[in-house]
Amino acid sequence: MDRKAKNKAKKLALSIGIVLLGILFISPLLWMIVASVKPETLIFKDMGLQSLIPRQATLDNYASILFDDSVNFLRYMWNSLFSVGMIVLLGTVVNALCAYALVKLKFPGSGLILVVIIALYVVPFESVLIPLYVVVNSFGWINEYPSLIVPFIAEAFSIFLFIQFFKGIPNELEEAAQIDGANPFQVFWKIVVPNSKPVFATAAILAFVTHWSDFMWPLIVATDDSIRTVQVGIQYLFTDNNIEYGQIMAALTLTTIPVVLIFLFFQRYYVQGITSSGVKG
Amino acid sequence: MEWLSGKIQQRRSIGLSLTYKQQKRWLGFLFSLPALILLFTFLILPVGLAFVYSFMEYNMLNPDGKTFTGLNNYARLFQDAVFFTALKNTMYFSAVVVPLQCAVALGLAILVNKKVKTAVIGRVFFFSPVVTSMVVVAILWTFLYNVDSGLINSGLNFLGIPDQPFLLSEGQAMNSIIFMSVWQGAGFQMMIFLAGLKDVPETLYEAADIDGANAFQKFWNVTLPSLKNVTGFVLMITTIQAFRLFIQPYVMTNGGPSDSTKTLVFMLYENGFQFRDVGYSSAIAVVFFLVVLTISLILKKVLKQ
Repeated sequence: MDRKAKNKAKKLALSIGIVLLGILFISPLLWMIVASVKPETLIFKDMGLQSLIPRQATLDNYASILFDDSVNFLRYMWNSLFSVGMIVLLGTVVNALCAYALVKLKFPGSGLILVVIIALYVVPFESVLIPLYVVVNSFGWINEYPSLIVPFIAEAFSIFLFIQFFKGIPNELEEAAQIDGANPFQVFWKIVVPNSKPVFATAAILAFVTHWSDFMWPLIVATDDSIRTVQVGIQYLFTDNNIEYGQIMAALTLTTIPVVLIFLFFQRYYVQGITSSGVKG
Repeated sequence: MEWLSGKIQQRRSIGLSLTYKQQKRWLGFLFSLPALILLFTFLILPVGLAFVYSFMEYNMLNPDGKTFTGLNNYARLFQDAVFFTALKNTMYFSAVVVPLQCAVALGLAILVNKKVKTAVIGRVFFFSPVVTSMVVVAILWTFLYNVDSGLINSGLNFLGIPDQPFLLSEGQAMNSIIFMSVWQGAGFQMMIFLAGLKDVPETLYEAADIDGANAFQKFWNVTLPSLKNVTGFVLMITTIQAFRLFIQPYVMTNGGPSDSTKTLVFMLYENGFQFRDVGYSSAIAVVFFLVVLTISLILKKVLKQ
């Protein structure tokens, strides 16, 4: 009995400890959100624990970020959503097709291509930054949407993800369909795709989260204010001295919302994407 | 007659199966073509160009004045004091961040792997900085580190510690960036460790219990060895990520004060897009690539043992 009670007390202490540590951990983010709904005068007046509690809540900061004509925040958001959305849409299709071809439709040279793609994975993006800029510039894409989209459609890691999944589909499934008179495209479209929804979800979410936070590339190719993505754009919200802290915090919070939504609704696939990146080592 | 129809049947089936195979080949070629064209244009070609440009004098402001200058860019690089500062800063950042972040991540993973009801809350809270992008976090922490009005200094004052300069001081800027980076990134590795912990068989802990092992012994003799592969992988990705450090100094310190937070990638960016010096910047890119490649090969070898 005594031991049981002791165990229970230990568990309770641990539960409370986790929550307290967790709150301490996210206090910077709490401060961001709380400051975003505070009147400007209170943000730096409230100190200590008080700074994490909104005494007077207001949505004015959000209103001015979203609806003031002088602030281009919504434009930045749209640019990000559009370009990342296109990467996700086109990327999952292109990478899935390629992976399926390499694993299931082996053709002359497919083995070599697989090796090359694996080798490409070790190249850090930063080391091709400048030549990539030269290539994209030669297409006349600087400050155009394709510069933010086209170079990121095909992605070695996404191809891996699909390869791992397609490898697990038994060949008998294909053979059975073949006997029923299906051609290879029908096999892919009617049997493989409907059975691969989880890997499509994982690849899509991983691509969204990765490219939503892209910074360096948009910084150099999208210098025109009308095409700036949100990660680059938020910097320009406070270069002029008129902008207020509450508004900056509102902008930071809004920038985070799309990924938060994905995390809330597709947590399983999101975490799967992260941990599957652990499998390939 | 029977013999003939049998032969035709056979031929037909061979013919059919051949066409199916041929169809497969063509489809495979067709399916992989878009990805291959894109990978060639936007990855393989640029990798090659990086090498070529690194042997050239090539400025974007004067694109017609391209000339091959052999190893000039590399010679210049190895005489450039800024390069060695950037290399040193990058190494220092990685050497501190990698062990620290992995240790924090492992600690958090063990904590939220406990069978208590609040573990899920812990998981969400510790992971939430990862959900926030690095740019957002960097802007936020620039305010938190602010000398006059920052939350951190007001907290320190409360504890009786005087204001710290943080990002404004040569001695503290990089460490301030390190602290924030560990906070932002640890949740990511926590998730990978957590997946690894789930795979450790419960029976191992039960056996250790029977042997009378204490919590530390269980951690040292059961948990750590079982996580060997996961730890190796986590160390690898964290190291490569650390070498790519750019956003934090770009947003928070602009490489300063006096180059104390200038990194290799920052230098690459600066030369390429502020000075428009494609040749020199490409040489930095090649060296950066080789450094990352060497480090990951060494790590791979060390971790295998």
